[in-house]
Amino acid sequence: MKIKLNGEETTLDKDSITISELLALKDVKMPDMVSVEHNGDILDRDKFDTTQVKEADQVEFLYFMGGG
Amino acid sequence: MTLSEEQIERYSRHIILQDVGGEGQEKILNSKVLIIGTGGLGAPAALYLAAAGVGNLGIIDSDVVDLSNLQRQVIHFTPDVGKPKVESAKEKIAEINPDVNVTAIHDLFRADNALDIIKDYDFIIDGTDNFPAKFLINDACVMGEKPFSHGGILRFDGQTMTYVPGSASYRCVFNGPPPPNSVPTCSQAGVFGAIAGMLGTIQAAEALKYIIGKGDLLTNRLLIFDALKMNFRTVNVKPNQERLKITKLVDAEQASCELKNG
Repeated sequence: MKIKLNGEETTLDKDSITISELLALKDVKMPDMVSVEHNGDILDRDKFDTTQVKEADQVEFLYFMGGG
Repeated sequence: MTLSEEQIERYSRHIILQDVGGEGQEKILNSKVLIIGTGGLGAPAALYLAAAGVGNLGIIDSDVVDLSNLQRQVIHFTPDVGKPKVESAKEKIAEINPDVNVTAIHDLFRADNALDIIKDYDFIIDGTDNFPAKFLINDACVMGEKPFSHGGILRFDGQTMTYVPGSASYRCVFNGPPPPNSVPTCSQAGVFGAIAGMLGTIQAAEALKYIIGKGDLLTNRLLIFDALKMNFRTVNVKPNQERLKITKLVDAEQASCELKNG
């Protein structure tokens, strides 16, 4: 399936994938570092294991940046 | 208020802009902006807001200038090392523009002083370098119904969004501070000096746009850039009513290695 991840079209060789699996697949080692938006909604962290990403979905990994 | 001849000349490049004009410049001269943290983001924001003629600039920072700050905190100069940052910044602002009245607060922005400090200002800029402060600013501004600009930088990346009462807040995107030490700070991971200027000047532009009431603010949008690829984009974000309910302010814990201002 094709999804849009961080604004870029991304092809995955699965028909659906959970947010947690997608984070692992994209090598995000510390999910605590990222807030995830799925089709326009920011997800609660406890939904990462159960939220399924499907064809044409949009996912944003938004990273904490604490510097200034 | 009428602009003096000297002011008409000083602000002429603003005044000839249709969206600013003499009227917008007078609004800027009558405005009050608070900058929390006079480091990487606060330094360029303060320089541009001072140059623009923001009539009252509040600056708050408890830190003193460190040699390692000078790579990006452009309001502080080499002879300022060891001096309170707010004092160093106040001196530069006075030299840039005598129209600006500076209130310098050499203190931490805390849960017990936050609402009292922000109440006198029209717009607040988050130029802090740690999550507890960023969430405290968010919560105080949501509670106090004050517009503010969030800003964060790390390595080659930056992010910013603007809150006005009713719009999505920083907490609508990031629910709460990450666990201490899960996310590196600039002192641990490094920061490319020029991106502090890129982000701090965006924050200054947002403050000025809010004051003159022109254009589209970065509300309900998070602007993200990666300066290594020089790629900018905005991600739409929605207000989350649960996360906009702030009933009390707290000073969150943070690891000691994160306490150093940057």
